[in-house]
Amino acid sequence: MEIPYVVTARPETGIFNAKAGIWLFLASEVMLFGALFTTYILLRIGAPTWPHGELDVALATVNTAVLITSSITMVMAWASCLTKDFKKFRLYLGLTILLGATFMVIKYFEYSHHFHIGDIPSKNTFYAIYFTLTGLHGLHVLGGMIVNSYFWGPGSKMWKSEPVRFTNRIEVAGLYWHFVDLVWIFLFPTLYLL
Amino acid sequence: MKTNQPNHAVETVAAPHVGVVHVHEELPFWRRYIFSTDHKVIGLQYGFTALLFLLFGYIMMMMMRWQLAYPDTEFPKYYFVLPIAAIGAIIILMSGIKPSINTLIGILLLGLAALINYIASGEERMPDGIMLPEFYNQLGAMHGTIMVFLGIVPLAVGAFGNYVLPLQIGAPDMAFPKINMASYWAYFVGGVIMLVSFFVPGGAANSGWTSYPPLADIATTGQTLWLFGMVFLITSSLLGSINFIVTVLQLRAKGLTFFRLPFFVWAQFVTAFLLLLAFPPLEAAAVLQLMDRLAGTSFYLPSGLIVSGQVLPNTGGGSPLLWQHLFWFLAHPEVYVLILPGMGIVAEVIANNARKPLWGYKSMVYSLIFLGFMSFIVWAHHMFLTGMGTAISAFFQTTTMIISIPSVIILSCLFISLYGGSIRFNSPMLFALGFLPMFGIGGLTGLPLGLATSDIHLHDTYYVIGHFHYVVAPGTIFALFAGIYYWFPKVTGRTLNETLGKIHFWGSFVCMNFIFFPMLIQGLAGVSRRLSDGGQQYSHAQGVFQLNEVMSVAAWVMAIFQIFFIINLFISIKKGKKASENHWEATTLEWAAAPTPPIAHGNFGIVPEVHRGPYEYSLPGNAKDYSPQNELVKE
Ligand code: HEM
Ligand SMILES: [Cu+2]
Repeated sequence: MEIPYVVTARPETGIFNAKAGIWLFLASEVMLFGALFTTYILLRIGAPTWPHGELDVALATVNTAVLITSSITMVMAWASCLTKDFKKFRLYLGLTILLGATFMVIKYFEYSHHFHIGDIPSKNTFYAIYFTLTGLHGLHVLGGMIVNSYFWGPGSKMWKSEPVRFTNRIEVAGLYWHFVDLVWIFLFPTLYLL
Repeated sequence: MKTNQPNHAVETVAAPHVGVVHVHEELPFWRRYIFSTDHKVIGLQYGFTALLFLLFGYIMMMMMRWQLAYPDTEFPKYYFVLPIAAIGAIIILMSGIKPSINTLIGILLLGLAALINYIASGEERMPDGIMLPEFYNQLGAMHGTIMVFLGIVPLAVGAFGNYVLPLQIGAPDMAFPKINMASYWAYFVGGVIMLVSFFVPGGAANSGWTSYPPLADIATTGQTLWLFGMVFLITSSLLGSINFIVTVLQLRAKGLTFFRLPFFVWAQFVTAFLLLLAFPPLEAAAVLQLMDRLAGTSFYLPSGLIVSGQVLPNTGGGSPLLWQHLFWFLAHPEVYVLILPGMGIVAEVIANNARKPLWGYKSMVYSLIFLGFMSFIVWAHHMFLTGMGTAISAFFQTTTMIISIPSVIILSCLFISLYGGSIRFNSPMLFALGFLPMFGIGGLTGLPLGLATSDIHLHDTYYVIGHFHYVVAPGTIFALFAGIYYWFPKVTGRTLNETLGKIHFWGSFVCMNFIFFPMLIQGLAGVSRRLSDGGQQYSHAQGVFQLNEVMSVAAWVMAIFQIFFIINLFISIKKGKKASENHWEATTLEWAAAPTPPIAHGNFGIVPEVHRGPYEYSLPGNAKDYSPQNELVKE
């Protein structure tokens, strides 16, 4: 007896299993980052002064653009699966991975600059929450890159045997990637601008 | 066709021959039993691991109870170590020295005995067998942690949820079998980390299961391991809860609408949402505490904190209350995670043994959903004494009073379901019946705690300990025992011995009340919790100090009654009376599955189809007194 609705959608819910799974996972992620944003608000309300202008807004803006672009290429990768164009899929997913890597490299330069001038997590609660939030987000980007690389490389074998299921997987990976992007879109103004 | 089926021979898929599933090539031992993706094996893995942890947690408690009853006298550790070692050795000998599950469990029991032998000695823990207060604190913190996160939840959700839920909804497995396996192993790693923490300098975590900072921020290394362990346990719950929800949403058999789901499935479903949404904030909180401990941040440390006469080097600017909010945001829903699966099991057992439909099934389901929702907005009733302000206290006091209503509805429905039934008093039913008044006491004692004014007196006293133990110990644990006795025939094809079961029940029932009722009395007298000498030094505790000995003796006597259970379990697996296929003549789908469903080959010979509600017992005009869910409705 096979597990049903791995590939096709269950009529009542209209989705296949993995899609239900990823939405639930994202709901839990919302709670995770929600708790951290709440922490940020609480710490800031309680603080007599809050540092401003210590982070590099220009770099972060570039990074925002990079992530948004990567979300677009991720959608294109999925769309290429739907139009059964495997070559294009590879191209777009590859671009998504590279853009993710670009984000991480820029983040690395930001981090090393801060460490260099002594802006470490223990300096004050601002840096504490800054490093915690961006660090955790960075781990999520890294996780997404690993998953995407798997689907770009060894995992793409499934395209030959079960193209529909593979397309589903890309859709699910995409949902996760958009979420990671979305978190950054909240992080950017919260940490860099406000 | 079974003999007791009516002549007009309704078609059922429960007929024995369709239950047999044809066999593919066998998987090797380690794929079948160790790294299995089959929900039944994973359920059993969860079950046995959790039972072992429960045993360990119980023994730690018995050590603490020695210290409370006879402060600063030598602990007779061999009374505790030797019986466990003996049981382990007997199990190994009984099953022969060959690779089998029983042998493995025997070895684990020997390991447990060695572990206890280790922690019950040593200069830094128990010099000359006398318990140091520091070690008492470790035992207290780890008893709570292990019981809640490594014992009850894995047993209630991991074991029963995994084994029974897919069967009850007619599914071949969980929706994501590999994630299911990952969930068990994350739990396993989390448990190992918790155990290892006893061996690091300073010992295990010792700031209570609640890990309040600033204390926890500056505690010894064990606390860091506690946090890492929790991250694994949280991950495990997260993976598990996603699996449960998707399985219920997507894999229900044809015809199994939401209002035909057994109450147990509903309970697991709501529980999974609590786990999914409440645990991530604790994960966040744990990450922040790790940052405080490892990176020197001050999330939970106020400015100018003085420890042992010295100002901490941390910059400060944080808030200890932040932890309490994040922690209780998880931990209040968590207490419902502890109780809801238990309620689910009790509902199944009561409907089955009263031979009646559950009274008010729908209102029970609505109460459950309401309860799940409300449990997210009551958390600060654990924090009335932190000076939150009266407006906030008033809010949380109100929500707390409101949340007790659905619990009362569910309990009342279960009581009313008994009315007019022809009750079978077998062991599962006894445990289920025992649950009802015990949970009643637990719930009612919660009300004075939920009122901010009376909580001023009761907070942090033994009354709180009495309250929640009434809910969890004779409440949830009884429900879990009911579940074990009830589904044992499904798992093994044999039954547990009734006489031993009844001794187990009555012994436990009496002892439980001798352990926990005195706590309420002590608490009302004002005795604080977490005192390593049971209040010996306080004048207000003198009048009730003698109760400590009563409770401790009851706790040790109850341990003896648990041995009846352990013996029963291991003897019955091999030698128990053969059970018939639908042993309790139940209506739910798990009894339509293949008898002792084969591992890794699916559960049902033919995909079952559901035509009825979950509890169609004693339908008028029917020859037999139960109508399985997959039985066609007669025209
Ligand atoms: C039914 C209504 C209930 C009410 C009104 C209630 C109320 C409360 C309140 C107000 C406290 C905090 C007391 C204090 O620290 O001063 C408390 C503690 C606790 N309750 Fe309940 N409770 C209820 C049911 C439950 C259930 C069902 C469980 C678990 C299965 C449970 C488990 C706990 C635990 C574990 C604690 C203590 C936590 C700690 O401080 O270590 N309660 N309860
Ligand atoms: Cu609570």
